[in-house]
Amino acid sequence: MIPANFDYAAPESLDEAISTLSQGGDDAKLLAGGHSLLPLMKLRLAAPSLLVSLGKVPGLSGIERSNGGFSIGAMTRHAEIADAEELGVTAHAASLIADQQVRNRGTIGGSIAHGDSAGDLPTVFLAAEGTVTAQGPNGERQIQATEMFKSFLTTAVGPDEVVTSVYMPALDGYGWGYEKFVRRSEDWAMVGVCALVKSNGGTCEDVRVALTHMGATPLRASATEEALRGQSLSPESIAQAAEQAAEGTNPPGDVNATPDYKKHLARVLTKRALMAATGG
Amino acid sequence: MSAVTEGATGTQSGPIGRRMKRKEDPRLITGRGNYVDDISLPGMLHMALVRSDVAHARITSIDKSAAEGMEGVHAVITGEDLDVGAPLPMVWIPPGVEVKTPEHWPLARGEVNHVGDPVAAVVGSDKYGVIDAAAQIVVQYEELPAVIDPEKALEDGSPLVHDDLGTNKTHEWALGGGDMDAAMAEADVVVERRIVNHRTAGAAIEPRGCIAEWRGESVTLWTATQIPHLVRLFLAGELGVSEEKIRVIAPEVGGGFGSKLNHYAEEVLACYLSRKLGRPVKWLETRSENLAATTHGRDLIVYCKMGVKRDGTITGLHAKIVADLGAYYQLLTPFIPCFAAFVMSGCYKIPAVQTDIVGVFTNKFATDAVRGAGRPEATHAIEVMIEQAAAELGMDPLELRRKNFIPKEDFPAEVAVGVVYDSGDYHGTLDKLLEHVNLDEFRREQAELREHGVYRGIGFSTYVEICGLAPSRVVGPSGVGIQGGFWESAVVRVHPSGAATVYTGSSPHGQGHETGFAQIVAERLGIEPENVEVMHGDTDTGPFGMGTYGSRTLSVGGEAAGRAAVKVQEKAKKLAAHLLEAAPEDIELADGKYQVRGSPDKGLALADISLAAYVPENIPEGMEPGLEETSFYDPENFVWPFGAHAAIVDVDIDTGKVEVARYVAVDDCGRAINPLLIEGQVHGGIAHAIGQALFEQVVYNDEGQLITGTFVDYALPTAAELPSFETDRTETPSPVNDLGVKGVGEAGTIAATPTMVNAVVDALRPLGVSYMDMPLTPMRVWQAIQEARGAGSGPRATEQGRQTDEHGSGSAGSGPAAPAEGGES
Amino acid sequence: MAESVRVNVTVNGESRSSEVEPRLLLVHYLRDTLGLTGTHIGCDTSNCGACTVLMDGESVKSCTVLAVQADGAKVQTIEGMAPAGNGALHPIQEAFWEHHGLQCGYCTPGMIMAAADLLKRNPNPTEEEVRHGLEGNLCRCTGYHNIVKAVMAAAESMRSGEGVPA
Repeated sequence: MIPANFDYAAPESLDEAISTLSQGGDDAKLLAGGHSLLPLMKLRLAAPSLLVSLGKVPGLSGIERSNGGFSIGAMTRHAEIADAEELGVTAHAASLIADQQVRNRGTIGGSIAHGDSAGDLPTVFLAAEGTVTAQGPNGERQIQATEMFKSFLTTAVGPDEVVTSVYMPALDGYGWGYEKFVRRSEDWAMVGVCALVKSNGGTCEDVRVALTHMGATPLRASATEEALRGQSLSPESIAQAAEQAAEGTNPPGDVNATPDYKKHLARVLTKRALMAATGG
Repeated sequence: MSAVTEGATGTQSGPIGRRMKRKEDPRLITGRGNYVDDISLPGMLHMALVRSDVAHARITSIDKSAAEGMEGVHAVITGEDLDVGAPLPMVWIPPGVEVKTPEHWPLARGEVNHVGDPVAAVVGSDKYGVIDAAAQIVVQYEELPAVIDPEKALEDGSPLVHDDLGTNKTHEWALGGGDMDAAMAEADVVVERRIVNHRTAGAAIEPRGCIAEWRGESVTLWTATQIPHLVRLFLAGELGVSEEKIRVIAPEVGGGFGSKLNHYAEEVLACYLSRKLGRPVKWLETRSENLAATTHGRDLIVYCKMGVKRDGTITGLHAKIVADLGAYYQLLTPFIPCFAAFVMSGCYKIPAVQTDIVGVFTNKFATDAVRGAGRPEATHAIEVMIEQAAAELGMDPLELRRKNFIPKEDFPAEVAVGVVYDSGDYHGTLDKLLEHVNLDEFRREQAELREHGVYRGIGFSTYVEICGLAPSRVVGPSGVGIQGGFWESAVVRVHPSGAATVYTGSSPHGQGHETGFAQIVAERLGIEPENVEVMHGDTDTGPFGMGTYGSRTLSVGGEAAGRAAVKVQEKAKKLAAHLLEAAPEDIELADGKYQVRGSPDKGLALADISLAAYVPENIPEGMEPGLEETSFYDPENFVWPFGAHAAIVDVDIDTGKVEVARYVAVDDCGRAINPLLIEGQVHGGIAHAIGQALFEQVVYNDEGQLITGTFVDYALPTAAELPSFETDRTETPSPVNDLGVKGVGEAGTIAATPTMVNAVVDALRPLGVSYMDMPLTPMRVWQAIQEARGAGSGPRATEQGRQTDEHGSGSAGSGPAAPAEGGES
Repeated sequence: MAESVRVNVTVNGESRSSEVEPRLLLVHYLRDTLGLTGTHIGCDTSNCGACTVLMDGESVKSCTVLAVQADGAKVQTIEGMAPAGNGALHPIQEAFWEHHGLQCGYCTPGMIMAAADLLKRNPNPTEEEVRHGLEGNLCRCTGYHNIVKAVMAAAESMRSGEGVPA
């Protein structure tokens, strides 16, 4: 299987990339690691007319401590993120993505801009309430996690915008857990749950729970969060809150998992992720 | 029986029994293998196929004009254009049984019958360009109702796959012996289960592919096949070309597992188009094509009934099998489920055993051989039933097995279905298995873990397999009805320097023929295997051979090589006697020397003798020069390997996920030629079966769309999902052949699915789960637990082979049939 | 037809320069343009890993990388693992041979390249780490048992400095 024909540009600056992308029109696509786009193109489920590679644009890669958090260049590979232990749950989730070869190519910017609800990093980004920096013909802007994921494979990043970096708060004081349920370790998540918990003397000061592959986009499990926030943290209160993890979700079923089963998994994994986040 | 421990070197000092590193490997580990896709010929064109994206339809029109107008496109053909002499072959014609046989042409003629059915072929100069061109061909269909469920397909009024055949029933076939009515009447308990053995794919990592090159009146076809000689024979009829003008080469073949034990449409198309265009034509399968249009396997529903007395004596076993064969036949499609019947007795002395098979057409691709081919299905049914019966009786399942094992003294043992098992020691393999698995300790640990909410289970299976496909009089036209002979042959040629080349008709795809055959021949000739080259897979340079499948390589092809080598040895002894001025009967071969018995100082190496044979100044009166012999070998019986396996699994009852904690296998494949190769075969077989048990399933939805069309959805296990395997052996030589060998290529696949099911059920019994069908995917295990806990109010296990709709309302029951108390009524 | 693009790649230490279609996959560039057929293709969806090569020292699935993306990169294929000419093998190749880590050989080059990346990242892996490190490569013949054994053995021989350095 091979992609349909397309034109290719490998600009050497960000400005050039943005102008090439906007001149390319609606069918132009950015190419980062290519591990979401190229498989779709090979199966001819996507057929862009122009690919604008970010491979030669300098300054888009690397992890920097900034503003009480981490600024991660959009072209930073999953493998590099996985090795950066200071990134906590982000590093852990990155280490669970597919396999080493994919982690060596796939990028955080590509993953979040693609917005696949079955992806791991979009969920972590949503839970961590990160921010994406995107640059387009009209300059740079920030997109908050809550604004990022619009619908199935659709994000707030404009067709002529380039994601340049992803900001992840340091989450000091938060415990974390990311539970990914797969049939095989190289698979996409059947369901995944990211939990972040800040506790104060046994009381839940803040909690964020986000779900992978439970709908068209990554989702926050608001009911669980509300049930736990301000409560004392115990296996019982966690279990009770986790029971509401699938509330309001409408997960897509497939050959391996009915929606009911996925909802069940969301509850089980939420409990486990919360337990991990609270040191349980 | 003699016991063997893992890692032991052979007991013999000669090459046989040696853990010899493979002769094949140096080229393969350096990227110098030569698979079909690695071959490129001057002027070569590429072929791509347009395949049906609907399950069942009339073709109303095919517009190929846009494709034909594209740059670099040399030809576009459809079913109407293709002029070949015969449809694709199916070679099973059982005496006295009617098998409804649809014509199966390389390109659809007017109607498509499964997703992936080839409709048109495009040939062009650019590998990427032909794929673009294929995408421009517009096929209009008038859709017909798709027949998907094999049991519904048998109901009156079901839509038909082939209108002209008037039925979806392909054939009925039965094999059995003993008085079943009496057996069931005698039983205290009759256990009945509906066992679904779902559809799987062979999924060799190398997809299929071929290159045809027509030159003058002759054609050469390089093809990724297990059976080059048979492919040549079929092509002769299809192309209308005399057999000697066709050369078929199986180059390096990247795995087969039965899926390349076939003759496929694309081989015919490549040859046909090469002749038409006067250029070499290459076709390579994509993985999506592989999953849609390379043979599937299994797909049986087995209604099994086992009669048992309270003391554990099995009185009878009756299996009624509904076999989903797909839309057309490939080479052996309707026969494969019937092969199950030959081992339906398992390792047990059962007075009455009966298998009744009904084959069914559906709008899916053909099933055919996949590693084990019928025997895994039979073994699965028997070994699951044994543990089901043991539970009904409240008896230890191993005790139940032991009570019914055919005792060692009974061999050769004729079983109820009328076949004769050659040799066996079933207690011996089970005893050895239990040396590795301490059952009492396991039960204690299991009980403790359960108190902590950890559900650990152990499952067993014992098996006997029929392999070494031959003898011809049994398997061939007047016996089982397969239209061919089942012997193998070999030529052993000793060169003037004393090195040797073996030419075999057997054609490998990963088994290690080049190593194993070299060891056999080297031992028989008194030289080192490093100096024996094995040539295979080329119809022009090797003798005719039936191919590699059914674990027959060693016991038929290897034996043929051994026998040819013995003939060479006999001639060498005569020549040595002449040179040493001794009597031929006084010459012995010892430590690589042909010597006068007891006089090692007066010995000749094979090189001395071969030189004398090729420079024949001093050879006995009447002896021909040279040192080369041929052997054709048709065995007297099948060979019957056996073994005992155990699996220990942990089930996460919150998610349904099954982890394999330990897998222990004790196999007996007769005398070992190379223990390293045996272990490798066992490992691969076990992994294949764990794949079926836990991960893999070919799924078509109700419209006949293939849901598992890529490796994303057809889930082969990776290294991360499997444990290391613990293997051991016993050696019970086969009396059937001189080598004393049996087969081992399918053993693991045959034994391991019931082991897995029994282990998972054992883990979940405290929760009320008493039976499960494969695949034991997390969801299905979770559903089974819910069902058991909710006493029927929860969701039931999702029917296999069905995709549930988005809201999950498509689930349907597939639990066990209720066990019936019998005998006392 | 899309405009062709020039790519400069160093493959197994040798500089190569070609005009290619933008859609040309790296695996086809290696196999068809450069004739390095040791790298195989087993699926369409980046699952099987048969096409694994090293790009700037890291394992990638060359069926999911465009040749144009490799512009300026150093690529190593199975043909570049052993020093040419003298018959020596890389310790990983040696270990696959010694421990019967292959049968049909089709997944083997990709498996060896994945193992090379794994051992570079983790020279002393546990069995579980080896199994996870190879999760991107499918094998149908060996059940992985002997592959894992081979990689563990290769790790040991590379740590002790035996054989050819990586």
